[in-house]
Amino acid sequence: MLPLKLLNYLPLMPFMKPHNTTNPAMPPRFRRPSVVTWVIAISFAAFFIQGLIAADVTLDRLVRGASNIVRFLGQAFPPDFSRHESVAWAMLETLNIAVVGVTFGCLLSVPLALLAARNTAPNAIVRTLARFVISVARTIPDLIWALIFVVTVGLGPLAGILAIIMDTIGFAARFYSERFEEVGKGPSEALTATGAGRLSVIFGAIIPESFASMTATSLFSVEKAIRSAVTLGLVGAGGIGVELSTSMRLFRYDQAAAIILLILVAVIGFEQLSSAIRKRIINGEGVPQG
Amino acid sequence: MSNVQPLKAESIHLSYGTLQVLKGVSLTVNASEGVVLLGANGCGKSSLMRVLNGLERPQQGSVEVFGKPVTGARGSGLRAIRRQMGYVFQQFNLVPQLSAFQNVLLGLLGQRPFGLIGCMSPLASAEDRERAMACLERVGMSDRAMHRPAELSGGQQQRVAIARMLMQSPTIVIADEPVASLDPRAGRQVLELLWEIVRERQLSMLCTLHQVELAREFADRIVGIKAGATALDAPAETIELSAINALYETA
Repeated sequence: MLPLKLLNYLPLMPFMKPHNTTNPAMPPRFRRPSVVTWVIAISFAAFFIQGLIAADVTLDRLVRGASNIVRFLGQAFPPDFSRHESVAWAMLETLNIAVVGVTFGCLLSVPLALLAARNTAPNAIVRTLARFVISVARTIPDLIWALIFVVTVGLGPLAGILAIIMDTIGFAARFYSERFEEVGKGPSEALTATGAGRLSVIFGAIIPESFASMTATSLFSVEKAIRSAVTLGLVGAGGIGVELSTSMRLFRYDQAAAIILLILVAVIGFEQLSSAIRKRIINGEGVPQG
Repeated sequence: MSNVQPLKAESIHLSYGTLQVLKGVSLTVNASEGVVLLGANGCGKSSLMRVLNGLERPQQGSVEVFGKPVTGARGSGLRAIRRQMGYVFQQFNLVPQLSAFQNVLLGLLGQRPFGLIGCMSPLASAEDRERAMACLERVGMSDRAMHRPAELSGGQQQRVAIARMLMQSPTIVIADEPVASLDPRAGRQVLELLWEIVRERQLSMLCTLHQVELAREFADRIVGIKAGATALDAPAETIELSAINALYETA
């Protein structure tokens, strides 16, 4: 849309002379913004200014904050790795939560996505219902899921796993179903024409075509899950977040720094690994069909 | 079964919204007869083919396959009818991520009790795997069994699609412009192969084509559609070229 709009302005560019001066009306350089645009712009500005005032941003506080962060960094370095054993176990628990949660999340996402995609859903009611479940799973943030599951199944990694499952469904099921809807209908039609049933057609044509994209989405989910599993401990849902919040509360910033460094290494390491796998899958796809 | 016509369509009316595509087309295909369907672009050939297979539901008219109604059939009844009809598409419609061999095995999809589970290469019976290989052999593609469609030329992809149709062991073949997306040489070779197979297995075939010469060369009978209605239906050898050309003239 935008490039086409820009084309309208081409004749107005200074280095170009109009070809035909008898043209009915020269298009204006600028158009008067509509009332809606004014309303949106003014309400945005009002919210922004009110936000600044509410946050009580003063130069004095910023200066004090800067000196506090210097103090924090001073106490955080050098990082204290003396509790490495329990921190390592907590990190392992975090990875466990992420991997187990994401595996169940992705597995549950497949049927949900099939029920939610326009070309695979049995009917409109089921489809709307499945979409609703997926959007609820997505709209509620992972920390809130964790709080809910801490209340229902108690403190510990199980609450974390359940929270990751819900978070993964919200993300993966949505992208799976969007991919299913993009699949060309030719191959499905060919298999339907052999007299195959609906499920066979879905698993014979639609899933194979979506498989590479589904794998990429699943790997993204793992990355996302490791990042959220780190923070889930802050609300008591197991993992390294428990260690981090304890260190922070005891003002042991050097221990906290060690934990943050470990998290950084783990998350970056996994992101590298997963993007390497993704690249291989996408390259293995071969050239698109003509 | 021998007395009943393999394929019989009567006064098919089909419209998409207000656009009337078919306005009363009738057509029959006799046992082991090869019929070519001719007509200008947009005259409703492809829609008719889709109606014959139950991929599209007409507003009026009936289609019968060996005396069983396709129109109105649903679920397992419709699947049973489709199982007897092999379909060859203009765009081949192979599953791009699967090997040629696996694509051919998928021709059995409607015939095995657990659908896909029985036709996946690792799980399929030795007998089915051998037959799939024989089908590939018949179309001259057995050396490309493990290639993906993207690694094959258009003509080769259509050969694999024909092998998939063979795997289904149909009694009727519907070919919707099987060579329209191929160059003239590859197109002729693929068409020769398709008709050879249809003749040697004594199948009934309905094939749409764009090339009038090919139609006259291969068909037993030629049916012409113009503006959504049957305009021509006669044995290929008795048809005048002028009658065919009239199909392509704008009214």
